[in-house]
Amino acid sequence: MRIAGWGGTTRQDCRVTRPRSEAELAQRVAEGGLIARGAGRAYGDAAQSALNTVDMGGFNRMLAFDAETGQLVSEAGVRLADVIAAFLPRGWFPAVTPGTKHVTIGGMVAADVHGKNHHRDGSFGAFVDWIDLMGADGRVRRLTRLDNDEMFGWTLGGMGLTGVILRVAFRLRRVDSGWIRQKTIAAPNLTRAMEAFEANQAATYSVAWIDCLARGAATGRSIVMLGEHARAEELPAERRRAPFATPKRRRLTVPLDAPGFALNGLTVRAFNALYYRQGAKKAGDSLVDWDAYFYPLDAIHGWNRIYGRRGFVQFQCALPLATAESGLGELLAAISAAGQGSFLAVLKRFGPQQGRISFPMEGYTLALDFPLHAGTRALLEKLDRITVARGGRFYLAKDSRMTPHTLRKADKRMAEFAAMRDAQGLAEAFSSTQSERLAL
Amino acid sequence: MTKGAVLILGGRSDIGLAIAHAFAAEGHPIWLAARGVETLAENRADLALRYGVEVSLVEFDALDTGGHGAFLDGLPALPEVAVCAVGLLGEQAQDEKTPAQAIRVMRTNFEGPAAILAELANRFEARGSGAIVGISSVAGERGRATNYIYGAAKAGFTAYLSGLRNRLARAGVQVLTVLPGFVATRMTAELDLPAKLTAQPDEVGRAVVRAVKTKRNVIYVKPIWQLVMAVIRAIPEPIFMRMKL
Repeated sequence: MRIAGWGGTTRQDCRVTRPRSEAELAQRVAEGGLIARGAGRAYGDAAQSALNTVDMGGFNRMLAFDAETGQLVSEAGVRLADVIAAFLPRGWFPAVTPGTKHVTIGGMVAADVHGKNHHRDGSFGAFVDWIDLMGADGRVRRLTRLDNDEMFGWTLGGMGLTGVILRVAFRLRRVDSGWIRQKTIAAPNLTRAMEAFEANQAATYSVAWIDCLARGAATGRSIVMLGEHARAEELPAERRRAPFATPKRRRLTVPLDAPGFALNGLTVRAFNALYYRQGAKKAGDSLVDWDAYFYPLDAIHGWNRIYGRRGFVQFQCALPLATAESGLGELLAAISAAGQGSFLAVLKRFGPQQGRISFPMEGYTLALDFPLHAGTRALLEKLDRITVARGGRFYLAKDSRMTPHTLRKADKRMAEFAAMRDAQGLAEAFSSTQSERLAL
Repeated sequence: MTKGAVLILGGRSDIGLAIAHAFAAEGHPIWLAARGVETLAENRADLALRYGVEVSLVEFDALDTGGHGAFLDGLPALPEVAVCAVGLLGEQAQDEKTPAQAIRVMRTNFEGPAAILAELANRFEARGSGAIVGISSVAGERGRATNYIYGAAKAGFTAYLSGLRNRLARAGVQVLTVLPGFVATRMTAELDLPAKLTAQPDEVGRAVVRAVKTKRNVIYVKPIWQLVMAVIRAIPEPIFMRMKL
């Protein structure tokens, strides 16, 4: 069966099975070279393995909920969208959510995803109480923070390479409504954008769309968006009676892959300039429903196809606070000079990060996507070099093309991770096309 | 207002569970009936958490026809809707050489379902309301070399449902025959099914709920199947008998 990551550049013929029980899954584990696949939303080759890809769709049940603590126990294949559908009407929302709701809980653990509240609350892992993991011997173990062997920490962000994540206990947060009070700030350059983040550390959510093609004095101009869960009394009177009811969104579908010429330097530059001007006009306060606020791209079904058949690659790095401004400046200069911008460039302030191998670090993260062109790889390698020189690191959930050398230079923890996998007998049992490429 | 309970016979099957989800999403209490039903505890928790409805597990063996009356008497009440999703595909090539296996396929797809629906029909008729949903199969519309044991049993079940419908029409009891076509389930996991003709279980679930609400008699889940089966039925026997299907 031909499968690929969300970026569409890693198509590969893989044997995909869909076990229905732990016993069946244990048989697959015994075969070795296994990787679990959730919703296939990692951008690259993280959830594909030629001989042994396991579709976790057969494990998709919610098992228990504690309304005192907000702890939900669910199987790994449950989708975040289903959690929201079940619990938002009862006043609960995921404590951390990535930019799409079409991910599985197992995938959220494997990538230790972050959201717009990372600066305050940390990554998804901060809200995970325990993980049931099937190890190389086919036995299931409940991992917690208190375990001596750090397997809990290695599993959060471990890209499914420590075992098969079966069940997860994680906490939801109480909310009063399905609405977000959004405050939009137009920042005319990078310095002002970063000032806006620093001045709004107390905001629950903050994220910026950044124009990665603007040049000169406008380099790094951004639309910074802050958000707070609206309390019931902050809603207009007509919404107060049903605070969790939000309008059904019109769903657009990208029916087929766009031709290559649809996206080129000119159209992207024009789009970015227009987006900035529109955003600047809307500066101020507004009320936005949860779906539009957290998941704007989910409204466009198959948005990844907008980049055409050849697909696109994502680049996401984190830079430490001390070098963030100069490093971001260099990254933007390189992108603008190459004339290869993306529609969806995102800048975000990260807060402190717990964990053994999770991606975030206190500082700033920049995420970009590029349609795959002849010059793209050279540009990406340049961005890699800038990131490494500035002490930054890379997000494996987005990666489809890095070299093991770059990864190890950027992230000392990766060599320890690989050594741990060898020592624990995990390297043969669990592997993905990505882990083989990166020698993890 | 509380909605009426939905009894799912064959509550372990993917189609049965998908129908349970679709009714639970509308706020109906769900009673899952299956053999070894305690192993459906996770499904019970899932349905209850997702939809905030009452979910009960009831032990039920479709082949234990003598116990069917007692099974229904043991339920907290007579359900509003009874769905029979009991089925066994079997292995045609082996079953045609092993009568005991063939009989098991025929009993599971016809005798057991017919027996339990007989009990339900009598009680629904006496009450003067209710809906009976039978999951039959397009395989019952014409016997083919590759699955005629299963197909024959489903043909019997389809005829049985049609007769029940005729009998109960005056009693205010709906009888719905569902002919799902190919569905991506555990039963068909080993088969290579054409994507355009294959429904997902949740499509079947939603289609059944819609059909019960609108009092339909017979549904194909994917409309294309109506056309496919019309063509298959129309092929003259001298040609059909030589075809590889």
